[in-house]
Formats: sequence, C-alpha cells, structure tokens
Amino acid sequence: QVWQIRLDMHLLNHDGNITDAASIAGIVALCHFRRPDVSVQGEEVTVYTPEERDPVPLSIHHMPICVSFAFFHQGTYLLVDPSEREERVMDGLLVIAMNKHREICTIQSSGVVMLVQDQILRCSKITAVKVAEITELVQKALENDHKARKEGGKFGFAESIPNQKITAFKMESAAVDTNNVGEQAGEIIAKADPPSEVFANPILHTPGTAQIGEGIENSWGDLEESEKEEAAEEEGESEAAAFECQKTETEDTSVMSETKKDEPIVLSDSEEEEVVILEPQELPRKTR
Amino acid sequence: PCLSPGDTSVLAGLYGPAEAKLSKELPDRAALEVLLRPKVGLPGVLERSREQQLRQTCEAVVLGALHPRTAITLVLQVLSDAGSLLSCCLNAACMALLDAGLPLCSLFCGVTCALGPDGAITLDPTARQEQEARAVLTFAIDSRERKVLMTTTKGSCSVEEMQQCLAAAQRAADTVFQFYRDSLRRRYSK
Repeated sequence: QVWQIRLDMHLLNHDGNITDAASIAGIVALCHFRRPDVSVQGEEVTVYTPEERDPVPLSIHHMPICVSFAFFHQGTYLLVDPSEREERVMDGLLVIAMNKHREICTIQSSGVVMLVQDQILRCSKITAVKVAEITELVQKALENDHKARKEGGKFGFAESIPNQKITAFKMESAAVDTNNVGEQAGEIIAKADPPSEVFANPILHTPGTAQIGEGIENSWGDLEESEKEEAAEEEGESEAAAFECQKTETEDTSVMSETKKDEPIVLSDSEEEEVVILEPQELPRKTR
Repeated sequence: PCLSPGDTSVLAGLYGPAEAKLSKELPDRAALEVLLRPKVGLPGVLERSREQQLRQTCEAVVLGALHPRTAITLVLQVLSDAGSLLSCCLNAACMALLDAGLPLCSLFCGVTCALGPDGAITLDPTARQEQEARAVLTFAIDSRERKVLMTTTKGSCSVEEMQQCLAAAQRAADTVFQFYRDSLRRRYSK
C-alpha cells in the first residue's frame, strides 16, 4: 500500500511564463504539504488522524526550479522570464530546470532558433543565479508560514490578499499619450470619404419581409451562366413532374442538350494535368 | 473580483456577451454559463448543482433579452473555503456582473444562515459552525425589495425557523449591499 499524491494547479492570471510560475508553485506546495503519520508493525498498518499525531512532511530531496529564456532574431537577443507580449513574438524558447546544487534537471528547447553551445552555457549560469535567489525566497516563506502556524497567527491565502501580495490581482496600467488624439481624430474625419448613402425607408413586401436599399448585380461571370442553366434545368424538372411521361422526356432531352453545350472549364494550375470540372449528372427520372 | 468574508475566497471572471456556439445560442436571450472550479480536484456533481443554482439566480437579474444569441460565461475559482462558500460565490458573481457592466434589473447578494441545535441563528457561519448546525440555509436576496431569488437548504428545519432565518438574512443583506456600494465607489473614484 502506498500513498497517492495529487497536485492541482489553478492558473489565476496569465501574464507570460506560466512554466516558471507553475514549477515554483508546485515544488513549494509539495514542500509545504503534510501527510498523515503512519506506523507499521509487521503486517499491521495504523494511519493516525491529524488530531492524534502531527502530520509529517514529504521527503523532498531537492527543489528543481524552471527558468525560461526567450530568443529573438536568431539568438541575437535573449530575454529571461518573458512576459506575455514577449512570449507571443519570440522566435525560440529555452527552459532549464535546476536545483540549488547547480544540477541541471531538465533542458527543453523549442522554436525556430538554432542555439550554440556557449549560449546554452551562458543561460545555465544565469539559471544558477536565479535559482539560488528563488530557493532562498522559498525557504524564507516556508519558515515564516511555519512560525505563524506555531504561534497561532493568521496564515494562508486569504491573509495575503489585503496586503497586496498577490500580484495576480494587480493590473499594471500602461500610460497612453493622449495629447494629440483630438487633432488626429479631426484629421482622420476630414480625410475620410463621406458615409455612403443611408437608406432610411424600408419597403415592406409582405408582413414580416422588408427590403432596405437595392442589391448589387452578381459579378461572377461564367460560373453564373452555368448556375443559371442548372437552376433552369431544376425548374424544368419540377414543373415536368406535373405533366405526362412523354412530355417530361422531351423536356429532359432539351435540357440535356443545353448542358452539353457548356465547355468543360479548364483551370490553368501549374504542374497539374488537365483539370475538368464535372457538371452535375441528370438524375434518372422515375416515370409514373 | 476576489471576495472573502472571513477566510473564504472566490475569484470570479466574467466573459461576455460574446459570440455563442451554434449549439448553445438562444434566439431571444443571452445564454448564461457558470463554471465553478473547486480548490482541490476536478469539478464533480456538487459543483454542477451549485453552478445550476448560480446560473438560475443570475438569469433572473441579467437582462438577457438585450443581447440575443450571445454567450455570457462566468468562471468561479474557489481559492479557500472556510464556510459559507455558496453565498461567497453569489456575491462574487454579482460583483463580476457589475464590474463587467452587464445590464441588470437588480443586484443580488448571498447570505448563509446556520441553525444551531438549540435554534440559535448564526449568519455567515464558519466551516466548524456549519458542521455542528442542524440546518444550513443559503438565500440569494435581491437589492430592490429584498425579495428572495434563490434558496438552498441542507438539513431540516421548521417553517417558522426558516422565516426567522430569512428575516435575519434580509437584514444582513443591507450590509452586503453597502459593501458593494463602497467598493464600487472606491474603484471608480480614482
């Protein structure tokens, strides 16, 4: 029998680089977690409730933390911890996961950038520095929480909200220069064409159907003719159904000859063989 | 907006009115969808039932006829649960609707009452008080005439007790609506 651990991560705000944030959140959650204490005597296993015995932490050997690098212009420019806008336009992404003992746990490279060896070495040096800082921050936060819990002070998510510690709820406002807006708007209006004629009076054909303005002629040319003929032959068919058999046959044949007149339309696409557009076949008519 | 009476926190995000999928669009009204995500685990049956309750409450106040064939999506994420979760969700939902500027016919707020074994009424109970209570009632109360939009009860209580809880909740609603006013004033006064 073993313990099963489940880690649920909720993304509150995506402003770029969720990989890094998620890796920090995950490892801190695992370090912070306490599981119920267990004692095993031979075959007997006793699981103590949190009230009986203090829950014990998981055995975490080391804390791997991801750091992401965004590359631009074939590796000329490098950005650490890209924001959302930067992520959207980056050429390539390099993710390095390292722990504070400078051991690389994961390297992932994606995108259209070809990376050189010394670039990757430089990135890993930057990662080592960042990971050392972050690990120290994490340790301090865990200690503070541990102290607060022991001394009975308030802790947890709800506490951090009023102190503005949760940056997911903050929105940085970007300053917009609105000095010339009035002039710009005036210029645009002066240069623009006057609005097209407005049809204010809808014509009522029947209750529930109104026509506003007039439609424009269909400008598809060739295609339109064959469509019209198809429409004609369909009309011919439906009307013919009301008449006697012989009359329908003559109608059909006359319509058939019309379609045969149409040349197959050949598309001049480069390497392809002659492309022939098939006209819809006449359906065999069931005579009554 | 993130709402936390005591230590219960719910984060609400409202999207809409946006284009609806053909299968979901309604020809004369906006289609309202509520998603409630628990703090741990995947959404289960309890979340589905809460979502329906929230949806019906919101549909009663949102003027959906002004935005036909659109979809309004409300996503609620539970950040921490220390009791009175449903009323916290109701309040967060109302603030989200206000913040997004959707046309509403009135505001609403959620108030939870716990009935102790001796008949004592506790408003906005903590998780421990909810567990020990004989019945827990949640009311969604509207802002115009303090009428009830939605009621949910867990446990058993008599009709008189329910009326007493309702009266207490209606009075408590005043405090919540004042809080709405204050926070909106703060937000828009900058």
